[in-house]
Amino acid sequence: MNPDPAKLLEIQDLRQHFPVRGGVMMKQIGAVKAVDGVSFHIDTGETLGLVGESGCGKSTLGRSAVRLLNPTSGDIFFKGQNLTHMSQRGIRPLRQDFQMVFQDPAESLDARMAVGELVAEPLIIQGIGNRVYRQERVAELLDRVGLPGNAAGKFPFEFSGGQRQRIGIARALALNPDLLVLDEPVSALDVSVQSQVMNLLLELQRDFEMSYLFIAHDLAVVKHMSDRIAVMYLGKIVELAPADTIYKNPLHAYTKALLSAIPVPDPTAKRARVVLAGDVPSPINPPAGCAFGHRVNHPKYEESIGQELPFEEISPGHWVQKCPCCLA
Amino acid sequence: MSSLLDIRGLVTSFDTDSGWVRAVDGISFSVEEGKTVGLVGESGCGKTVTAMSIVDLLPKPSGNILEGEVNFKGRDLRKINHSEMRKVRGGEIGVIFQEPMSALNPVHRIGKQIVEIIKIHEKISSRAALQKAVQLLDAVGIPAPETRISSYPHQLSGGMRQRVMIAIALACEPDLLIADEPTTALDVTVQAQILELIQAMQQKLGMAVLMITHDLGVIAQNCDEVVVMYAGRIVERAPVRELFANPCHAYTKGLLHSIPRIESERKSLLNTIPGQVASIENFVSGCRFCQRMDRDDPVLLRQRPDYREISPGHWVETCPQCHQT
Repeated sequence: MNPDPAKLLEIQDLRQHFPVRGGVMMKQIGAVKAVDGVSFHIDTGETLGLVGESGCGKSTLGRSAVRLLNPTSGDIFFKGQNLTHMSQRGIRPLRQDFQMVFQDPAESLDARMAVGELVAEPLIIQGIGNRVYRQERVAELLDRVGLPGNAAGKFPFEFSGGQRQRIGIARALALNPDLLVLDEPVSALDVSVQSQVMNLLLELQRDFEMSYLFIAHDLAVVKHMSDRIAVMYLGKIVELAPADTIYKNPLHAYTKALLSAIPVPDPTAKRARVVLAGDVPSPINPPAGCAFGHRVNHPKYEESIGQELPFEEISPGHWVQKCPCCLA
Repeated sequence: MSSLLDIRGLVTSFDTDSGWVRAVDGISFSVEEGKTVGLVGESGCGKTVTAMSIVDLLPKPSGNILEGEVNFKGRDLRKINHSEMRKVRGGEIGVIFQEPMSALNPVHRIGKQIVEIIKIHEKISSRAALQKAVQLLDAVGIPAPETRISSYPHQLSGGMRQRVMIAIALACEPDLLIADEPTTALDVTVQAQILELIQAMQQKLGMAVLMITHDLGVIAQNCDEVVVMYAGRIVERAPVRELFANPCHAYTKGLLHSIPRIESERKSLLNTIPGQVASIENFVSGCRFCQRMDRDDPVLLRQRPDYREISPGHWVETCPQCHQT
């Protein structure tokens, strides 16, 4: 399919498999299908939320989408340009337009570099400006993300978790990107700091008209940040819809279970909780049919075996994976 | 009637490079029989240290209880000797930790780890203990317990490992279960399973639970009473509905207002608590939330606010600035 020029990022049938090797000769004996046939797009200025449980492939999808990994198959179009088969060298100049923020700022920031160097690094790599310009730009960025002016000379360990995440955000902003992939950006933070960082991201999006791919496991956080939400289960998107729709009218059984499992901060709310049995199956050896039907031992699971489960648009903008066991 | 657990004026301090710091600075609360008390607060507020002080699991020699009483079933746990403490811990008080992978021994099969606990607390043959271990695994919802008993921890998923931890904690049918962030490392659907399991076991055994968490959703859905800690102190304590309906301390209010909710307007700015918690060596002796708010009234920062019961069961630190009705 040809890319739609109006879409900032368009992903078509993306697959990211990792080989599993074993035996004496270390031959490939299987594959972890971390992302297994996923399609979505992100419009300019829009936030797409990506939720799912650990191991469902959401982080891999985020990395694959910005070519931090080499996808197994499928297509990635950014501003109409196909990134899928470009060399890393060829992609580098394009990376100005899409940047990534990681979950744990303590691990993603080089502990031996001062904050000023960390934030200036993307500018140096892209060969932008001279020393004086970069110094000014760093000061401007640190101010924008709410860090004190003297932060540039300090090291990451001198900052709290929330401030370190601000450093990570300043670094991602340095090149004025159009798209930020945010991989669990607030998961490691305390409640009161989490809301500060969420507000910062909302303000930055408004000011710079950026698009976000917002990956998280906390559904209340994702709902608050996103325009549309994609729910992932074992390497596939099972449901994708506008944020309000997914909460008011979830169609897939997994989405329903996920929503009912969120503990609501209101002691008077009494809800019917769908408690799921079992764990997410291993992506090395996924069940033959619908992965979720298998987990809940659905009576109609057998019907899904060997079938291609189509991802269809049921109402405008509301996509769901069609399978005999998960759609009531 | 006296409470199952009654903590009075507990002060726990650590010897650090910058001198002695008080991680827990004079806190008092109680847990009634069969009830669930939630201990909530941000990282570093002293909630885990409180739990570890109760069961004498503070890192030695740096951690020490300086003052206060830990009354459990009418006796002060600070005054009993080491071997008596071992009987209480794991026997009358069960503990589960946040990360089951680091709390379980990776080189022993889980069956052996459960049997070990049972044999410390009961005079029982190895065969009978193993049988009991299988029953326990079955009770916490582990499928095929007879074969799972010979698994190593790494062969289990996070949720299953937490179930094993619960089985170990409940092996001797304790009167009190201390659960330190039992579901923080787990996914929401697995979290729901584990919370359900803790509630079911609580009803079956009639035990009390001290649930330590930073998740106000978990508190709202699982606890009878809430204790809110900030910077080593309790700022507010109340029955759960009262706390959510009528929070009286500025910090509690700030916390409740800053969490994103499903029903809140999307992409609207959230309320925030400005600033951040001061580092522990810089704590003032007065109101520490005023310190965060940058209020520079010397009296507020010097004089510790009274901790008072303002309505039955509702306690609050009555700083003139932070106590708001």
